[in-house]
Amino acid sequence: MSFLAKYIGQKVKRTEDPRLVKGIGHYVDDIKLADTLHVVILRSQYAHAKIVSINTDAAKSSPGVVAVYTGADVAGKVGFVPCAAALSGLNVPKYPVLADGKVAFVGQPIAAVVATDKYKARDAADLIEVDYDPLDVVTDAEASAQSDSPVIHEEFGTNVAFTHQAGTGDVDAAFAAADKIVKEKLNHQRLAPISMEPRGVLAHYLPGEEQMTLWSSTQIPHLMRTQVAIMLGMAENRLRVITPEVGGGFGCKLNVYSEEALIGWIAIQLGKPVKWIESRRENFQATIHGRAQVGVCEVAVKNDGTLLGLRYNVTADLGAYLQLLTPAIPTLTGLMLSGCYKIPAIQMNCVGVFTNKMSTDAYRGAGRPEATYLVERMMDCVARELKMDPVELRRKNMPKPSEFPFPTATGLFYDSGDYEKALDKALAMADYKKLRAEQAEARKQGRLIGIGVSTYVEICAMGPSIALPAGGWESATVRVEPTGKVTVLTGVSPHGQGEETAFAQIIGDMLGIDMNDVLVIHGDTSIVQYGIGTFGSRGLAVGGAALVKAAEKVVAKAKTLAAHLLQTDEASLSFEEGRFVGAPNDKSVSIQEVALAAYIPHNVPEDFEPGLTATHFFEPKNFTFPSGTHICVSEVDRETGDVKILRYIAVDDCGNQINPLIVQGQVHGGIAQGMAQALFEEVVYDENGQLLTGELMDYAVPKAHQLPHFDLDHTVTPTDVNPLGAKGVGEAGTIGSTPATANSVIDALAPFNVSHVDLPLRPEKLWKLMNN
Amino acid sequence: MKISLSINGTSYDADVEPRLLLVHLIRDVIGLTGTHIGCETSICGACTVMINGKTAKSCCVLAAQADGAEITTIEGMAQDGQLHPVQEAFWEKHGLQCGYCTPGMIMAVCGLMKDNPNPTDDQIRHGIEGNLCRCTGYQNIVEAVKYSAEKLNAQK
Repeated sequence: MSFLAKYIGQKVKRTEDPRLVKGIGHYVDDIKLADTLHVVILRSQYAHAKIVSINTDAAKSSPGVVAVYTGADVAGKVGFVPCAAALSGLNVPKYPVLADGKVAFVGQPIAAVVATDKYKARDAADLIEVDYDPLDVVTDAEASAQSDSPVIHEEFGTNVAFTHQAGTGDVDAAFAAADKIVKEKLNHQRLAPISMEPRGVLAHYLPGEEQMTLWSSTQIPHLMRTQVAIMLGMAENRLRVITPEVGGGFGCKLNVYSEEALIGWIAIQLGKPVKWIESRRENFQATIHGRAQVGVCEVAVKNDGTLLGLRYNVTADLGAYLQLLTPAIPTLTGLMLSGCYKIPAIQMNCVGVFTNKMSTDAYRGAGRPEATYLVERMMDCVARELKMDPVELRRKNMPKPSEFPFPTATGLFYDSGDYEKALDKALAMADYKKLRAEQAEARKQGRLIGIGVSTYVEICAMGPSIALPAGGWESATVRVEPTGKVTVLTGVSPHGQGEETAFAQIIGDMLGIDMNDVLVIHGDTSIVQYGIGTFGSRGLAVGGAALVKAAEKVVAKAKTLAAHLLQTDEASLSFEEGRFVGAPNDKSVSIQEVALAAYIPHNVPEDFEPGLTATHFFEPKNFTFPSGTHICVSEVDRETGDVKILRYIAVDDCGNQINPLIVQGQVHGGIAQGMAQALFEEVVYDENGQLLTGELMDYAVPKAHQLPHFDLDHTVTPTDVNPLGAKGVGEAGTIGSTPATANSVIDALAPFNVSHVDLPLRPEKLWKLMNN
Repeated sequence: MKISLSINGTSYDADVEPRLLLVHLIRDVIGLTGTHIGCETSICGACTVMINGKTAKSCCVLAAQADGAEITTIEGMAQDGQLHPVQEAFWEKHGLQCGYCTPGMIMAVCGLMKDNPNPTDDQIRHGIEGNLCRCTGYQNIVEAVKYSAEKLNAQK
């Protein structure tokens, strides 16, 4: 496939933006239907308790209240919250949409109050009396796995949900042959995704038509339709899920929660539109968290820095219940433990445990940041042990471009890569040698300057269907309308990534038309053919690939008709800048003219199927593996422990770039989130399972002045996995920046003989280390 | 209680509960939904509007307190179909992704520029510290503010 480059590869301003900067886009709460009822959900105040009784009498008679529902009302009528991950021997607890006699985390839904306005619903929720019988609580993941721990789901007799082994190679032999074994315990703290728009659901049931429309702030409209239909016992084709504007997702909206089915069920009961909008406090309590792994990593290495083996014994904190992909996240960590290095033997032993906390699940990067942080932190620990430069240790173990597709001991084949190219570029941007000299000089003056490097590879473009619970293909329809305008229906569901623009660029170039003639429609299951959605950096690399294939079909069909119209044979025609050319006497015809002729088929070949539209379901043959190098220079204030980022350099390789402006934005935002993990953010529960970081006042989402300027560049190593050669870039920044930042700050503390500090690297923690 | 106020130059009379938040009045009573809610604790700034020419977080103001006030929301920024220079700058510099924080951010930037028409990078970053963005890492917002400063100063 060759492309015009009128749009592709250009920094095209986003077509989404005019409505968004004017404030006239529509997020779920902006959709106002007449007679809408409002729901407030009463949630558990206890982390682990039996519910002895619930008295809703006062709430039911409160002004404006239409109904109050509890677990008894929905039992047997609304299905359990689904978990789609399939691991052998997985213990899946029943997770009712409203608690059924027991709660297992603070924030678990207990009752739903429906009223004519949200203030009245809130008033009534406060009148519900719940008599709890508190049970012993376990919040520490490692303690939860012990036999003396309180058991959260008695039916299993244990808090262990699963054990999972990953990796190949003779790890024992690798460790026996090692000159040195470097070992470190690392805690990958629990994080909250915090999309700026919390979740929200609006449901409207039409009893006559027996059809329901459900507006939801989600990344996966079609998967949600299937799951919610199952939960409600409804025919899937009678449920329409619409995702209007979605104010960020970062993985937390790659899920099916209690509330979608619950609000849908209430709408069916009451026959009026019903809306629930999550408050920020609810968002902290009851929207999935991310990360939360604690484990010991050992690396076997020769004295010359050759890596021989890696072992990771880890406990994954799953929370109280399993959400859609909860158990799958640590398995992704296991896949990526080779990093961008040749490690012949790798073993991960993972124990997934229940704790009295909100479920963990996919948060930007989903299992891969854990792997990259672990590997990159260990590389610095190994370099320190061997007294090697951390850059040279990394370089020594990288596969060369000629070694791709590169097989890892975790069972993957990295599609393509040139890791040293990005490394060298980043080192040149940073002037690494000079930086090290400046660092040495600064240390003599008592200044604590740190230089942190991370060279990462990630697994994206999820992915081959065999590897994903619901399949990993993606769909697109390209419909050339009679007037020549082009409508694209895509199965991906962008929520800030800008695919409306990128897809219009692709069609503009492929069909040789003005990209403003392209309308990209997504996120409506009644309009768009089935799709998988947006997550795992797949929107462009899989959804865009489907689009290319569909457009190729359209061009092929148009060519048949063009040849007929031009009275020549197809083989003599070529398609250039929107016209079929090459016919005798320089005759040509535009794609728009062909489209009109296809819809008004008065002059078409025999057996020609009218219309000019094509759909393609694209199945990728592999994941893609974007990579890059990030370098962070920081200074720790000796007096306060405060960290200042002096420079941040990122050279990323996401393959071919369709819109460098959008790529840059994705990298910026990703770095910000990864750096926030390194420096600021942590979800904290106390020993009673109370959430201490329950508002934005307590959970440190970074503000503008807390983040530095990022210097970006890139290398381009295309992939052959899809026709665009694009690898995906949604998560790269997050994955590369946490270890680069952590390595930098920990390097700054080298004069204090510090080899590792768990994240986040907050001032008080660093101050204590320096003042012992 | 009865209140009267002006929003984007249009006068409104409303009979509100004393506890009604201004942001709910704007969104649910008046129906201008460009002003968003991200926290209801004054931290995120998604609900930022102008009250009598000064930025305020409308989730932490009672509608009753706005009685008699002149309010500008994001919907009042574009004039005659033309984007305000700050809106234009956010588009030009890719200063938004999901767009949820954007209306509040734009209002905050307008407030910042009133006080300081030529802010430095550092002043911009501190000037918008009351508004959270989870998508952009703020860098292109800083670029957008600088670009809009150029545009606004050129208009003078």
